Amino acid sequence: MLLIYCPYCEQDLPELEFAYAGEAHIARPADPAALSDEEWRDFLFIRSNPKGVHFERWRHLNGCARFFNAARETVGDKFLATYKAGEPRPDADALLASPTGDAK
Amino acid sequence: MTSYRLPNRGRVDHRKSVRFTFDGKSYQGLAGDTLASALLANGVHLMGRSFKYHRPRGVVSAGSDEPNALMGTRRGPGRFEPNTRATIQELRAGLEATSQNRWPSLAFDMGAINDNMGSLFSAGFYYKTFMWPRSFWDRVYEPIIRNAAGLGVSPTESDADTYASRFHHTDVLVVGAGPAGLAAALAAGRAGASVMLVDENAEPGGTLLSEPSVVIDGKPAWDWLAQALAELAGLPNVTVMTRTTAIGYYHQNLVGLAQRLTDHLDTAPSDAPRERMWKVRAREVVLAQGALEKPLVFDGNDRPGVMLAGAAQTYLNRFGVKVGDRPAIVTAHDSAWHAAFDLADAGAKPVAIVDVRPAVDTALTDRARALGIEVLLGRTVTGTSGRLRVKSLRVNRMEGGKPGAPRDIGCDAVLMCGGWTPCLHLFSHTQSKLAWDEALQVYLPGKKTEAVQIAGAGRGLWGIASTLEDGATAGATAARDAGHDATAQTHTVTADRTGSGVTCKELPTDKDPGKAKAFIDFQNDVTAKDIRLAVREGMRSIEHVKRYTTNGMATDQGKMSNVNGLMIASDALGKAPPQVGLTTFRPPYSPTTFGTFAGYHKDATFEVTRRTPIDGWAEANGAAFEPVALWRRAWYFPKPGEDMHAAVSRECRAARASVGIFDASTLGKIEVTGRDAVTFMERMYTNPWAKLGVGRCRYGLLLGEDGFIRDDGVIGRLSADRFHVTTTTGGAARVLNMMEDYLQTEWPDLKVWLTSTTEQWATIALQGPNARKLLEPFVEGIDISAEAFPHMAVAECTVAGFPARLFRISFTGELGFEVNVPARHGLALWEKLMAAGQQYDICPYGTETMHVLRAEKGYIIVGQDTDGTLTPDDAGLTWAIGKAKRDFVGKRSLARPDMVAKGRKQLVGLLTDDPKVVLQEGAQIVADPSQPKPMTMLGHVTSSYWSDALGRSIAMAVVVDGRDRDGQTLHVPMPDRTITAKVVKSTVFYDPENTRISA
Ligand SMILES: [Zn+2]
Repeated sequence: MLLIYCPYCEQDLPELEFAYAGEAHIARPADPAALSDEEWRDFLFIRSNPKGVHFERWRHLNGCARFFNAARETVGDKFLATYKAGEPRPDADALLASPTGDAK
Repeated sequence: MTSYRLPNRGRVDHRKSVRFTFDGKSYQGLAGDTLASALLANGVHLMGRSFKYHRPRGVVSAGSDEPNALMGTRRGPGRFEPNTRATIQELRAGLEATSQNRWPSLAFDMGAINDNMGSLFSAGFYYKTFMWPRSFWDRVYEPIIRNAAGLGVSPTESDADTYASRFHHTDVLVVGAGPAGLAAALAAGRAGASVMLVDENAEPGGTLLSEPSVVIDGKPAWDWLAQALAELAGLPNVTVMTRTTAIGYYHQNLVGLAQRLTDHLDTAPSDAPRERMWKVRAREVVLAQGALEKPLVFDGNDRPGVMLAGAAQTYLNRFGVKVGDRPAIVTAHDSAWHAAFDLADAGAKPVAIVDVRPAVDTALTDRARALGIEVLLGRTVTGTSGRLRVKSLRVNRMEGGKPGAPRDIGCDAVLMCGGWTPCLHLFSHTQSKLAWDEALQVYLPGKKTEAVQIAGAGRGLWGIASTLEDGATAGATAARDAGHDATAQTHTVTADRTGSGVTCKELPTDKDPGKAKAFIDFQNDVTAKDIRLAVREGMRSIEHVKRYTTNGMATDQGKMSNVNGLMIASDALGKAPPQVGLTTFRPPYSPTTFGTFAGYHKDATFEVTRRTPIDGWAEANGAAFEPVALWRRAWYFPKPGEDMHAAVSRECRAARASVGIFDASTLGKIEVTGRDAVTFMERMYTNPWAKLGVGRCRYGLLLGEDGFIRDDGVIGRLSADRFHVTTTTGGAARVLNMMEDYLQTEWPDLKVWLTSTTEQWATIALQGPNARKLLEPFVEGIDISAEAFPHMAVAECTVAGFPARLFRISFTGELGFEVNVPARHGLALWEKLMAAGQQYDICPYGTETMHVLRAEKGYIIVGQDTDGTLTPDDAGLTWAIGKAKRDFVGKRSLARPDMVAKGRKQLVGLLTDDPKVVLQEGAQIVADPSQPKPMTMLGHVTSSYWSDALGRSIAMAVVVDGRDRDGQTLHVPMPDRTITAKVVKSTVFYDPENTRISA
């Protein structure tokens, strides 16, 4: 069971309080009707599924109930960072290079 | 029977005898014994049969790595456990143990014919033998596998015990209370760190319990141990737990501990849990799990009486039990020499020490000769004899790399040692890497992924002095890393037993190696030749060899067999061991009861049961209940003598004839408020909301972004900026989560607040022609006449003096109201309505009648008539889509090519040709019942009931191009017959003009 740092509660809390919510930084198109079928398919279904740093959404469901983003290294299953919804995506290489891999 | 107990030896209580039974025979042991040590004290080595060949087997080890001595243990009804390791189970008064894998008896077993059919059961037998012909599967192979697979017998009664669980946080968790773990706990504990020290055995001490002759800090080992434990007990920041196995090491230093609380007690307290699961989050972990002794691999190394030399030393020194009078020792490591010396000191007559190495330390050979033990160096072992107990050992001198002439050595036990494997199971759970050490010929800890120290024999150290020093260093380091000022203490050790050894593949033989039964994995009956066969048949990866042979896949998780299997596989492949690799260790470290995992989560506390405020009334009035999501809902209210069918028909008639009352409190409710509430609703739901007037309701349809139906419900507009949203009973949490997701992450600019109000409101539905007449006298504040309060009106008012939200809605097709009052008033309102309703023969109805009434009207239930692949058009709900809306969740998907293609399944009505036949929900539908199997399925029945109002059965179904099939006859094949039914385009079976609802 992972410990996850909620950027809103500013605490490391057990995974049990959180719910995974899919890949992050996939914004809903402002005008879906303007998208081709292929573009809409990609938005709906195509995900990166990387071996390495994955940017993903979590919800502090049994806590503050906020959605936030996280960078997780999928091989070792370790959180490298969590950050509030709307904040920019951090640099993956910089996160991997961080000596602590601290989830803060 | 001869006693093998040595007076005044061991840590057992020689004054306290304990009676127990094994296979019905009564025996006597001592307090402090394990089941295995007590049997050995009685001269019993034969403790089980192997699982594949049913070969007679004796105890091999003295710990949790035991592969053979697995027994059923019983303590009264509901307290039977199969596969209890006799080496771990402490003796208790009245313990009933039974051997396994034998019929009719342990000494004479019919299944042992498997032993002579070895070719049938060779490597890969699951894959090869049971392939052909097909008909043999059911009659021959499956029964064989079922008999052979699985050890022991599952208990038939439900577990009478209770189990507990607990969370714990600590600075330092030390796993293993041998010398390294004790030294680590002392170092960290003295520094003030919070420390938890756990050990799987009944008492702490580890190796020290088997090595009493070592002198530490000037004291005999056991005195030093007592002093160390007293010091730890005196430190308030230190917790020591025995009988506690660290079963799994998870992310961020979470370690699972399984603690055994009552199995060792003569009488288990009725109010105590049997076991407790600890989930410990430690800042630092110290793994001091020691090393596991390996067997040597030679023909006949599994006969009863053949065991690990270290185990014999433990039985002698810890339990005061001599495992034999004339043991022969076969070894590749110095440690077994000391076992021989201890046995000789205790009065046994070791007949020989056979060492595979051509030369060993002369201190060992001198001591052996001084004790009168024959020393045979540079030898191989090529066989044993004895059916139920080993009688002799066949030894050959190695000459020019080949075995020379054999010689038989008579003995009553064979003590073997193939060296020691650092115990790194938990370390491996963390995905940390193991590194092959060429000099020591073992895997040692490599790159770490967690805040962990490995101390002592776990990283290849040998001898008490070095493990104590290493443990102290690890403990101090861990405490420092956890923020404490710690220094490692030093210990002086004399009379230490250091040593070394070599790692072997199977021992060379002068006999046909294809006939040798040289076991690697005792529990799964895997031999050296199975490994070589697997390699010959093309297995290259050690993971494939493991699965093909099942080596290391038994309940001992390969503790004894992994490295021996690896050495033989690497030899067969002609590759160095690190190139072959090691199989992955996975939790749990040792077998753990399901009860321990379940903990408190069983029976009534397995899952919450949600109950409405009216649930108690329903129970008192004889309701039958059904679970709906986490709720229990009144299903129907049978009167005396009524079955479900009769009760539901009566309830349906009452609602259509006069008035029915229904507890709809479980409906999900979400309050959507704020300046932008209507904009939010426009974007979420398919329907238009902007023009919905205050005081009006609308059926709302919610799609996923993929265009498929997710949920539905009636939504009332209470004011310009406030909506009362209802959802399906099971969908409430999902819908709220989805709404929050869009609100927080896509449209954070919207001023909207979402509140779950499901449990704040009790919801009572009154349905039927007399609903208004019953309700009207209770309502204050509004006029509920047909003109003033039409179908799909909503208002805030008081009902029976309670503040209420009143909806005029119907899920039955009748004139209907749903009254929402604060949950605390729900029961009172229900009772008032019931009392006043007597004049109208009011009838409470349950979910079954609700289902029938709505199906008569063709109202769908999301999740029953839809399954996550239906679009609004598929379900016949295009009318619910706001045509003028530019966008809503899922809209773009409705234009995807697949969503508008022909051949989609559409929801239609289905009427059986025989009106009395009620179709089975879920039944498949075909066009031509005489087509060959497998038939082309057109769809399936989603809802099916007997309709009292129509005097016939009705059904809904999803059928490929269903609406184009209006009037077509389709077929529903059932096991005993095929039912014919006609498709009707409309699902509205009753009152298609909708006159009743507007009454
Ligand atoms: Zn939070």
